[in-house]
Amino acid sequence: MIKHTIIIGNGISGITAARHIRKKSDQRITVISAESPHFFSRTALMYVYMGHMPFTDTKPYEDWFWKKNKIELLQDRVIEIATEKKQLILENTPALAYDNLIIATGSKPSFYDWPGQDLPGVQGLYSKQDLDLLEIQAPNAKTCKRAVVVGGGLIGVELAEMLHSRHIAVTFLVRENEFWDSVLPTKNAALIGKHILSHGIDLRTNTSLKEIHKGPDGRVAAITTEQGENIICDLVGISTGVQPNIDFLKNSGIRTDKGILVNRYLETNIAQVYAIGDCAQQQEPTGLRRPIEAVWYTGRMMGEVVAQSICSQKTPYKPGHWFNSAKFFDIEYQTYGWVHSERRKPEYEAHFNWQHPNENIALTIAYDQETETLLGLNSFGMRTRHKLIDRWLTEGRDISYVLAHWADALFDPEFSTSYQSDILKIFNSSLNRSVQKQKKSWSRIFNSLTNKQ
Amino acid sequence: MKKIQQIGVFLFLIGLCTFTALVFLGDYTVNKENLNKLIQDKNISSEAFESLATKQLVGVHFKKISSLEHSLTALVLQSNQSHREAAKEKGLSKEARKTEYQKIIYSDSKDLAFELGKTSAVGPIKEHLSLFWWLSFGLGILGALLFIVPQVITLGPKGIKNNGIYHQNTTNRGFIAWGVFAYLVSFYLLLYFAPHYSIQWTLILDPISYILNGGPASRWFVYGFMYCVVMVVMAVRMYIKYRHNKYQLLRTTSVLFFQIVFAFLIPEIMTRLQLPATDFKNAFPLDYDFFFSWNLKTLINSGGLGVFILVWGILLTLVVVPVMVYFFGKRWYCSWVCGCGGLAETLGDPYRQHSSKSLFSWRVERWLVHGVLVFAVLMTAATLFSFFTGNSSLLGIRTQSIQNSYSFLIGAVFAGVIGTGFYPIFGNRVWCRFGCPLAAYLGFVQRFKSRFRISVNGGQCISCGNCSTYCEMGIDVRAYAQKGENIVRSSCVGCGICAAVCPRGVLKLEQGPEAGRINPTEILLGNDVSLIDLLNQK
Repeated sequence: MIKHTIIIGNGISGITAARHIRKKSDQRITVISAESPHFFSRTALMYVYMGHMPFTDTKPYEDWFWKKNKIELLQDRVIEIATEKKQLILENTPALAYDNLIIATGSKPSFYDWPGQDLPGVQGLYSKQDLDLLEIQAPNAKTCKRAVVVGGGLIGVELAEMLHSRHIAVTFLVRENEFWDSVLPTKNAALIGKHILSHGIDLRTNTSLKEIHKGPDGRVAAITTEQGENIICDLVGISTGVQPNIDFLKNSGIRTDKGILVNRYLETNIAQVYAIGDCAQQQEPTGLRRPIEAVWYTGRMMGEVVAQSICSQKTPYKPGHWFNSAKFFDIEYQTYGWVHSERRKPEYEAHFNWQHPNENIALTIAYDQETETLLGLNSFGMRTRHKLIDRWLTEGRDISYVLAHWADALFDPEFSTSYQSDILKIFNSSLNRSVQKQKKSWSRIFNSLTNKQ
Repeated sequence: MKKIQQIGVFLFLIGLCTFTALVFLGDYTVNKENLNKLIQDKNISSEAFESLATKQLVGVHFKKISSLEHSLTALVLQSNQSHREAAKEKGLSKEARKTEYQKIIYSDSKDLAFELGKTSAVGPIKEHLSLFWWLSFGLGILGALLFIVPQVITLGPKGIKNNGIYHQNTTNRGFIAWGVFAYLVSFYLLLYFAPHYSIQWTLILDPISYILNGGPASRWFVYGFMYCVVMVVMAVRMYIKYRHNKYQLLRTTSVLFFQIVFAFLIPEIMTRLQLPATDFKNAFPLDYDFFFSWNLKTLINSGGLGVFILVWGILLTLVVVPVMVYFFGKRWYCSWVCGCGGLAETLGDPYRQHSSKSLFSWRVERWLVHGVLVFAVLMTAATLFSFFTGNSSLLGIRTQSIQNSYSFLIGAVFAGVIGTGFYPIFGNRVWCRFGCPLAAYLGFVQRFKSRFRISVNGGQCISCGNCSTYCEMGIDVRAYAQKGENIVRSSCVGCGICAAVCPRGVLKLEQGPEAGRINPTEILLGNDVSLIDLLNQK
């Protein structure tokens, strides 16, 4: 009897699981999604709206791929999971029986019960449907003269950039003192904030949403902030974070908290039912990681791991050093290890900061005050080599070593300016050191990379 | 700013209209002197043609070049007919018969019309060459620059600015794109197959041509000059668009330099010095007629320099090109030096997103591009065989006809009409991807023996697909990047745009040790699955 694995959700987590199960076994695989017939890259939705890419290009696999690899796709909504019968109840299709079930339903935007939040013209940005809605509600500056974006996170700044690309005036409400300063050290946050302003975005820090008002046409007409200001607008984009999309699990017997509770093997409390990606909540988070990580790559890694568990041997989810990246308008950002904001910084964590005098280029390195061991780094407007920095973190290199060998870590296009000398100058003078710049060494870079494999 | 740009578009369109109108304008009055020059230049020995032409053409005023061409076609037919009949007459000696046959004119009447028309042109354009230069080239260049330069401000702060590419008619295969497609295709068809229509263009470029090579402009001078002008103007656009990226700035400067100096100025100046004109960077088999006997003979008869060119040409293909590809990848040629690449990277840049990324296209690509390489090699083998043995055919096929079909199918139709004409619809590297035999050859080296790769930055890829969309060679870059696998593909020309458009800093073009260059990864970086366990399972 061939086993049947059903995956709910065709995002990066679910699809990675499906692909890896297919690589390792001949099981029957069904992927169910209510959102879209085929896997697409959620992270690229902004580029569709901005006209950088057609929607088809957001699909990482051509449409024939699924049939060829015998991965069955079903566009439907799961209403209920009957775990004791190992069955899924669907909206439009007869019930489906499974042997293994992987829940990978991702997130949905969080709304915080603002008056007027259900009005037409108020929306989040997460799904394909949200994108289609935005295209209707804010196609151009004629239909949408001003938009208010609420919440200063990664989706917020994306939304602001998207609307700005269509010449729509944007007011961007951020609760904190600086944009994203709950995550970034103040200096980094200020750099981004300044850049957002330079694009003509009306960024308002220390400002939050109180109420959304209805106009005579029944749509959004204005908002009031907690600070008492009234802003006339045609669209309110809510980007105050996301939460696991798990409402349909209420009566399933699957234990949930904010997300679906899973152990290190990504198993839920019910046998043969797994949860991965944004909707999973780790009961024992790894290191300083959060229990729910709504990040692209963790979803992908969980997909790889769960496939391993289902097809061969039980494998724990063991994410390595934290890393992430983003782009704030024109500023690329990469981070490795932990660089905490002042608010969350543990006592032992010290920061070294370098910033280019006129360009949007900066580097912040977090290190242990005592041992000077590298804890993490943030780079802005400067690309850095993941494998090498990951290795430095594992080897526990100190900050002087890191800066001396900084040329090895750079991942900018060839001929780009390396600011290593400037960085070292500041480092040496502010900490009274005499670290010498080491020449970039291909053998050091590549040896360290190949040894790792 | 908008106003300035609108004025720019307006001026550009006037320039374009004038340039187009030149095809149909111009008057021609043939005199005896010009006719004699034609007869001499084209080695016409038919006295029948001469007397007929003197009677029917000399002193006649033609309002259109097509009428002159029609008359010439008729004259050639008539005189050839008379010689054929004369040759068939009985009682003629072998010698006399041969002489009659030699009087037959094989020259294309379009070429004859070009030669005769060029010297016989009269009228306002001929009398006001610089005025018409300014009305066509001048306004075109000025208008284009007025449209492009304000982008320094309109594009906003430096960075990747691809906003609206898929919303705009011009860059999303709208009717304007189809219009550009039709215009480019017509331009190439005219240039290759109806040269007599280009007479007025050559006239207005004569002054520049005299300065450079000491003679009047040919249609190829027009083409070379336009090529440089278009590249310079569109390079300004590249400089603005990618002003944050030094790799792009240097690369653009490099292709510009090689086009203007190596492909254009040096050959023109060599002509002036009565040396064999050659483009030193143009490598066989892209330079497919390098081994044609006329070229070999010219080179061998040109003394030391000719021999140097011959040796350099062979070394370029056999040693310089592959060694450089080993160290730097084929990008050093395709997107830093090559003229075809240069046009694709400047004029073609707005259309790069239209290359198809489907697996089907990749299959077609491999068959076609390698097919052309085989064709080029076989043709050259036959050519060399004929050159050394004196046999005009190989295995019953005439070498000349192989050469002719290659020149027509690959040299003109594929590289020109399709290669550039199809930019707005199929992307800017149609020729380089599907047709260039040199690219196919370099591709082998790059794929199997090179230090070049596009490194993928660990696990940072978010599968957004910008890299694939903007790959002009139709490589599905994302397919590799999202697996953490370096991109090592024979077709990659190393333009570096995938790395430039990546929002997460995932891609970097670089060269390093060959070991570990191709790195299929089972589990991506960031996931500390025990690799020992993973290996033990296998």
